[in-house]
Amino acid sequence: MTPTLQIFLIVSAALFSIGLLAALSRRHAIFILIGIEMMLAAANLNFIAFWRFAPKPHQPPVGVMLALFSIAISAAEAAVGLAMVIVAYRHYRTTNVDQLDQLKG
Amino acid sequence: MNSGIITNLWLIPAVPCAASLAILSLSNARRKSAAVLAVIGQVFALGMSIFAFLPTLQTNSFRAVQNFTWFTFGDQALRLGFVLDPLAAAMLVMISLVGLCIFIFSIGYMAGDKNFVRFFAYLSFFSGAMLGLVLANSLLLLFIFWELVGLASYLLIGFWIERPSAAAAAKKAFITTRIGDMGFFLGMLWLYKRSGTLLFYDGGSGCLESAGLATLRASATFIALLIFCGAMGKSGQFPLHVWLPDAMEGPTPVSALIHAATMVAAGVFLVARVYPLFSLGGINGVTSSLTVVVWIGVTTALMAALIAIAQADIKRILAYSTVSQLGLMMVSLGVGGVAAGIMHLLAHGFFKALLFLGSGSVIHGCQGEHDIRKMGGLRRLMPVTFVTYAVGMMALSGVPFFFSGAWTKEEILRATEHWPRSHAPYFLMLAGVVLTALYMTRQIIYVFFGNSRVASERAHESPRVMTMPLIALAVCAIFFSVVLTPAWPWLHAYLRGEPAQFDVARLIQPMVFVSLVLVGAGIGLGIWVYRKAGAQDRQRSAEIDPLEYAQPALFRFLANKMWIDELYGRTVITFSWAAARLSDWMDRYFWDGLVRGFGAVGRVFAMLTTSVDEHGINAGVDETTAGTRGLGRLMSKAHSGQIQTYLAALAVGMLALLLLYAWLG
Amino acid sequence: MNGAAFIVISILTLAAALAAATLRKLMHAALSFAVAFVGIAAFFFLLGAEFVGLALVFIYIGAVAVLIVFTILLTRRDIEKDRGFNWSGVIIAVAVFCGLTWAILKTASLSIVAPHIRALTVKRIGEALMTSYVWPLQCIGLLLTAALIGALVLAMEEKR
Repeated sequence: MTPTLQIFLIVSAALFSIGLLAALSRRHAIFILIGIEMMLAAANLNFIAFWRFAPKPHQPPVGVMLALFSIAISAAEAAVGLAMVIVAYRHYRTTNVDQLDQLKG
Repeated sequence: MNSGIITNLWLIPAVPCAASLAILSLSNARRKSAAVLAVIGQVFALGMSIFAFLPTLQTNSFRAVQNFTWFTFGDQALRLGFVLDPLAAAMLVMISLVGLCIFIFSIGYMAGDKNFVRFFAYLSFFSGAMLGLVLANSLLLLFIFWELVGLASYLLIGFWIERPSAAAAAKKAFITTRIGDMGFFLGMLWLYKRSGTLLFYDGGSGCLESAGLATLRASATFIALLIFCGAMGKSGQFPLHVWLPDAMEGPTPVSALIHAATMVAAGVFLVARVYPLFSLGGINGVTSSLTVVVWIGVTTALMAALIAIAQADIKRILAYSTVSQLGLMMVSLGVGGVAAGIMHLLAHGFFKALLFLGSGSVIHGCQGEHDIRKMGGLRRLMPVTFVTYAVGMMALSGVPFFFSGAWTKEEILRATEHWPRSHAPYFLMLAGVVLTALYMTRQIIYVFFGNSRVASERAHESPRVMTMPLIALAVCAIFFSVVLTPAWPWLHAYLRGEPAQFDVARLIQPMVFVSLVLVGAGIGLGIWVYRKAGAQDRQRSAEIDPLEYAQPALFRFLANKMWIDELYGRTVITFSWAAARLSDWMDRYFWDGLVRGFGAVGRVFAMLTTSVDEHGINAGVDETTAGTRGLGRLMSKAHSGQIQTYLAALAVGMLALLLLYAWLG
Repeated sequence: MNGAAFIVISILTLAAALAAATLRKLMHAALSFAVAFVGIAAFFFLLGAEFVGLALVFIYIGAVAVLIVFTILLTRRDIEKDRGFNWSGVIIAVAVFCGLTWAILKTASLSIVAPHIRALTVKRIGEALMTSYVWPLQCIGLLLTAALIGALVLAMEEKR
């Protein structure tokens, strides 16, 4: 059996849903970040899959480039996000997102 | 040098005015600096005036004009300027010289006054304004200085503001002259409308030059008469003369300045300056406007001379004599003797200043007493004052040969004699000469002869700072006659722009004898009538005037100034009072009612709009805000502050989009 | 493309991801996170994007996972408490998965087999980065610098 694009996309969707689960269900700030990273990885997987399955491969390889830039941006996001978690912890003495509700209207 | 003085003519009025400002900035204690500043300003003005006078001697009919543009509106430029001609130059020298004497006299006279500094500031300002008036080459500029002179006179007449009578006199002077000035202003506007320029001389296109005059023709009479209204106010001509005797409320040097050099001379000067307007289109020099001038002058001269006979206040007598002399000058101008009129104005400036300063010296010696009936015997106590006063008196009366007033008076009489329209002014003027001699003799006898009475017992001669100007002016009054003699009518020729010729034969003329006889009659009559007045009891004041004894009704009529003030009080002032009351009533009930009515309408309208506003617009706005706020409250409930809620919302939104996509196909 | 390899990698990746999302202990979750990213990198290798796979390994396992571990250690005092689980998230996640899967399966054009392609060399990627993508590359460099400084400033101990 050779995997088709559909299979890849379904795996990617599963990965995305697991990331979403992590971001929505866990009450710890770091889990939210982990979930977001997983969702981004699922998106990157889609980029690469679409590049690979394109009938005429592009020159330059657009999907690969997008994936590379996406990885760089998610790395930056992870750095800033984790720094914010540290700051929030230092400030509120907690990383529980239920208690971080200063934005409550 | 000539052109230098002409381009710098403006300095002559500017320096005394600047001195005035400088003095105003001094503190009240800096008396000496104030006096020095004022005298320096005046000396400078005198020096400049003499420098300005010199070039006018060199050619006949010298005239130099310095015009400049004040401001431009649209394509019209309003131009002002200064002019230097024999008329202006002679006036300049007289004003600054007499002014200087008065300034120096004031240092002594005002020595005890607490507002000494302010007095000198006003005095300098007065002098500067008058010098500017003389130099003006534009009716507008002349009017500006004219009003400045009026303001200065107001300030000085009311100098002793703590006295209600002084304040009233200042107000009276200001308002009375203002009535005349309104005519002047209207005349000026009319002139500008017709000729398009207010410059007197402007290289042929000025309003006094042939081109400008040609545009006037028929309206010239009315313009001239309107301008004459201003001159009447300023020069105290009947019926606007009432302010002048009241102006005696000011300090005596101010009276001297007003009566001799500055204020009243302005009216005569104005008529002489715009004389071409008066004489336009005349036959033999007779025009309707000049006829009016003659009759006003005659009325004023006689009336004032008559009133002067019955006055008891030393300064009031002089004031009425000024009014009378001004009338004489107006007559002279009216009959065509412009040069004679101006000569008399100049001569009068000297001897009237002398008389006023002399009276100031007398008042100073008698501790402020003004009533001549309480004086007497001052001849021995105040010899310098007596001699100089006598000189002034003889000049005023017109004693021939040695006193300046005589020659000019004869010139005027001669001019009047040949007036083609009527001989009445001539004979009336002759009567005026007799009356002048009479009231001056009366005054001299009361003040200087006989026994000392209440006020003169402790009298003393004035300090030198006061007697020196008296002597200087007396010398001027005598020596001025040299340039006035008919044998060498230099000043006459100078003013008329003709070369003067020397001719001794003209010294002896019929007019001289007429004059001699009349003056002799006047003085003789005076001595005879008042011979006993001087010899009355030393303790009792001379309550009963000999004239009053003989003609009580006439005397009361004259002593009360012919009841002209009362007449004005009953008519003009009552009318104006009634008009004011009417206006007040109208204002209170009619206009106020109207205003209130409009106010009520406005208020009703406002109520209407308020209710619309409150119930319509405001309610709508309120509803909107309430709705917005409620929505905001509702929305803010959704903001839990929980990141995961937001994330869940995002996910649900994505799902919804997916379902939408699926549903759409 | 090897079907067996694909199945193995899929199971590994999804299991590790699920572990990372659900494990109670944070440190275990972080380690599962690293494993899940190894699986994703393996997918990239399988798809012929070796360079991206390597970059993923370097960045995620070398840097982000380590950062997460550090953060966990720095906020340790708070970590041990049990916080429970929000079951509404599960429902949403399952719903999203179902929706996505349904959409993917419905789209027939996606059931294609990979074509044969020329191998993607690092040289080609480098050429592309330095020619057509030079401006995005510069921007990413700037972004990373800004993120570096921002993270530093945020995490720096405040002076009192």
